[in-house]
Amino acid sequence: MTTEARIPVRRTAKLFIGGAFPRSESGRAYEVFAKDDRSLGWAARASRKDLRDAVKAARAASVAWAGKTAYNRGQILYRVAELMEGRRAQFEAELADAGAADPRRGVSAAIDRWVWYAGWADKLAQILGGANAVAGPYFNFTVPEPTGVVGILAPLDQALLGIVSRTAPALVSGNTVVVVASEPHPLPAVSLGEVLATSDVPGGVVNILTGQVAELAPWLAGHMDVNAIDVTGAPDDLIPELETLSAENVKRVHRAPDVDPFDDAAQSPYEIAAFLEYKTVWHPMGA
Amino acid sequence: MTDIERAAATTLTPRPSWDYAPAPESTDIVRLQDSYGLFVGGEFVEPKSGKRFTTINPATEEPLAEIAEAGPEDVALAVEAARSAHDQVWRDLSGAERAKYLYRIARQLQERAREFAVLETMNGGKPIKESRDVDLPLAAAHFFYYAGWADKLEYAFPGRSPGPIGVAGQIIPWNFPMLMAAWKLAPALATGNTAVLKPAETTPLTALLLAEVIQEAELPPGTINIITGAGETGAALVESGVDKVAFTGSTDVGKRIRRATAGTAKRLTLELGGKAANIVFDDAPLDQAVEGVINGIFFNQGHVCCAGSRLLVQEPVFEELMDKLKARLQTLRVGDPLDKNTDVGAINSRQQLRKIEELVASGIDEGAEIYQPECVLPERGFWFRPTLFTGVSQSHRIAREEIFGPVLSIITFRTPDEAVEKANNTPYGLSAGVWTEKGSRILWMAERMRAGVVWANTFNRFDPASPFGGYKESGFGREGGMHGLEPYLQLSP
Repeated sequence: MTTEARIPVRRTAKLFIGGAFPRSESGRAYEVFAKDDRSLGWAARASRKDLRDAVKAARAASVAWAGKTAYNRGQILYRVAELMEGRRAQFEAELADAGAADPRRGVSAAIDRWVWYAGWADKLAQILGGANAVAGPYFNFTVPEPTGVVGILAPLDQALLGIVSRTAPALVSGNTVVVVASEPHPLPAVSLGEVLATSDVPGGVVNILTGQVAELAPWLAGHMDVNAIDVTGAPDDLIPELETLSAENVKRVHRAPDVDPFDDAAQSPYEIAAFLEYKTVWHPMGA
Repeated sequence: MTDIERAAATTLTPRPSWDYAPAPESTDIVRLQDSYGLFVGGEFVEPKSGKRFTTINPATEEPLAEIAEAGPEDVALAVEAARSAHDQVWRDLSGAERAKYLYRIARQLQERAREFAVLETMNGGKPIKESRDVDLPLAAAHFFYYAGWADKLEYAFPGRSPGPIGVAGQIIPWNFPMLMAAWKLAPALATGNTAVLKPAETTPLTALLLAEVIQEAELPPGTINIITGAGETGAALVESGVDKVAFTGSTDVGKRIRRATAGTAKRLTLELGGKAANIVFDDAPLDQAVEGVINGIFFNQGHVCCAGSRLLVQEPVFEELMDKLKARLQTLRVGDPLDKNTDVGAINSRQQLRKIEELVASGIDEGAEIYQPECVLPERGFWFRPTLFTGVSQSHRIAREEIFGPVLSIITFRTPDEAVEKANNTPYGLSAGVWTEKGSRILWMAERMRAGVVWANTFNRFDPASPFGGYKESGFGREGGMHGLEPYLQLSP
C-alpha cells in the first residue's frame, strides 16, 4: 500500500470585474506576505485600464441594480451573509495570516454587518425621505436614490470587516461599486469577490481591485464616470489630491468617522446616506 | 381659444395686440444711500481695502450706489466677528431663542416686502411682479420655516445629536439675491452657526437692506456679516478660517471652490448649474404646458439654474405646441422691470448679455433655427429677446451648455424611453419637468430622471419645505426642507 501525499491546488488571487475573474491586463502582480513574513502567494496589481474596465462594468450594472425592488436587494445582500458563513474557515485563516487578533470575531462581525445593512434596503426611504407640506395643490415628496457608481478605498487594516463596512452601505441603496482592497492584506477581499460571484449579486455590481492604493486612488478620484468616492481607506496625505481630482465631475467625497469597526457606532444609516441623492417630486393634485 | 386666436396662432402673425397703459411701480419707497460699507459685527464699516465699486440698474445702466469691496483683511475681520459671535453668544443660545430672532427677521421681511421687492428689481432687472410675488414672499417664508426648526433639531436625526459646525461662508448669485440670502442664512442660523454672506457683485443692495433688518431685529452682533465684492472677495472667503462653505453659482466656479477646499476639512455644499429638460408628452394639457414651458425658460429672463432650457416634445404634438409657443411669445411683454405688466425684464449685466449673445450665435452657426418675437426693446440697459431654437441636435452647444438667459432649445422624441435618454444626457442634474395627464407616467418618468427636483405639470415652483439641489455636476447638498438642515450640522453619535 502506497501513501500518496496529495498536492493541494493553490488559488490564483485575481481581480473581480463584471462578475469575472481576470488577471491584471498589465500582467503585473505583487507578492503578499503573512504577518510572520511567510509568502501567501501573489495578487494581481491592477492597472489604470483594469480600473476603467471595473468602472465600465459598475456603470453597466447600475440601472438594473438600482431598479430592483428594495426588498429584493435586501434579500440578495442577506444571502451574501449566508454564503460567508459557509466559508468562515477560509476567511478566518486569511485573517489569521493578516495578523488579526481575533479572526473568529472579525469574520462574525463582517457577516453580521451584511445582515444589518441588508435590512435597511426597504426602510431607508421612510427614515431619510418623506412628504413635504408645500403651500400649494401638490403632493410633494422626497425620496433617497443611489448616487450611481461609487469608488471605495477599503481600510488597510481589518481586511474583511473593513471592506464589508464600506461596501454594504453603498450597495444597499442601489449603488454599484469599484473597491480597492487593502493593499497589504488583499486576500480576504479576493475571497469576498468569490463569495459575491456565487451569490445573487449581479455581475458588475461589486468590482474588486487589488494593487497599490496610491496608484489606483487618483485614477478613481479623477474618473469622470464615478459619481462618488469613499476615501476612508486613503492615507491622510493623499486626501488633498483626491479631493482636488474629485472636483472634475463634482464627485461626492466621503470619509467614515474614525471609530472602532467592531463598535455599533461603526454601522449607521448615515453611512448609507453618504451615497444617496435626494429627489423631490412635485406631483399635481386635482379632480 | 377663439377662431381669431387660432388663425393668428397658426399663421404665426402677431395676435391683435392690446396696448397696455404703463403701470410703473413707484420707487419712492426705496431710500438709497450714496454709498454702503461692509456689515461686520453688527455695524456698517468702511472697507480696509479702501476700494469701492458702483452698482447699477441693469435696465437703465444708471448708477445706484457705491459699494465697498472687501479685501482679504476685511474678509478676515468678518470671519473673526462671526467666530466670536458663534463662540460667545449664538452657539449657546437655546434653539427657542434663536428661533425668535429668525421669526423677527421673517416678520420684518413681510413688513417691508414691497421696499425689498422694488429694490431687488432696480438692482437686478427682474420684473417687479416676480420680485413682489415670488422672491420676497418665499424669502420671508424661508426664515419662517427654519425658525421653526431651531428648537426641534434633535427630532430630525434619529440616533444622532446635532450641533453647529461653526462659521459658514456663504456665496450667493445675482439671479435671486434676496431669496438666495434667505436660503443660506435661515438654515445656518437655525442650526446654531453664524455666517459671513457675500452677495453677488452686481446685486448687493437687498442684502445690504437685509443688514438693516438684522439690526432692527437686534440679532447679536456678528451673527450675520455681509461683505460685498466680486470673485476675489468670494475666493478670499473660501480660503478664510470659515468651517463651512456654501455656494450657489456656476459649475465652473463650484469646481474651483471644491479644489480650493481640498484637504482643508471644510464642509461644503454646492448648488450649481443646470440644463433641465422640460418634457411634453402628447397627452399633456397643451395650453397648460405652454404656460409651463414659457414660465420654465422666461421666468427671471432665464437666469435660473433650474430653468427648463431644453424642451423635449413628443413628435405628434410638436407642430401644435410650436404654434402655440410662438403665439404666446408674441404676447410676452419685454421691458421696464418696474412696470407691473412686464413679463421679461432686463438681463442682469452686460457680461451676461454677451455670454447669451455668444451662445445664441453658436446656435445659429451650428445650424439650429432661431425664432424671436417682434418686440421693441428699450434703448438703454441690457436686453435680450425671448428666443426659441428648433432643429437642435443634442451635440449643439445650445443643447449642452447652460445659457442662463431667455433661450429655449427644442428637441423632439418619440418614446418615453427616448425622452429619458435625452433628458439625462447631460452632466447636469438639477431639475426636470414632465407634462402628461397620466399620473402613472409622471411617477415612471420622475423615477428615471437623474435630477434633484422633478416638476409634473408645473415648473419653477419653490417652497421652503421642499428640498432643492442637484445630482451629478449640479452640485451636492440640499437647501429647503428637513434635508436642508444636515449641511449645517455636525451629527455626533
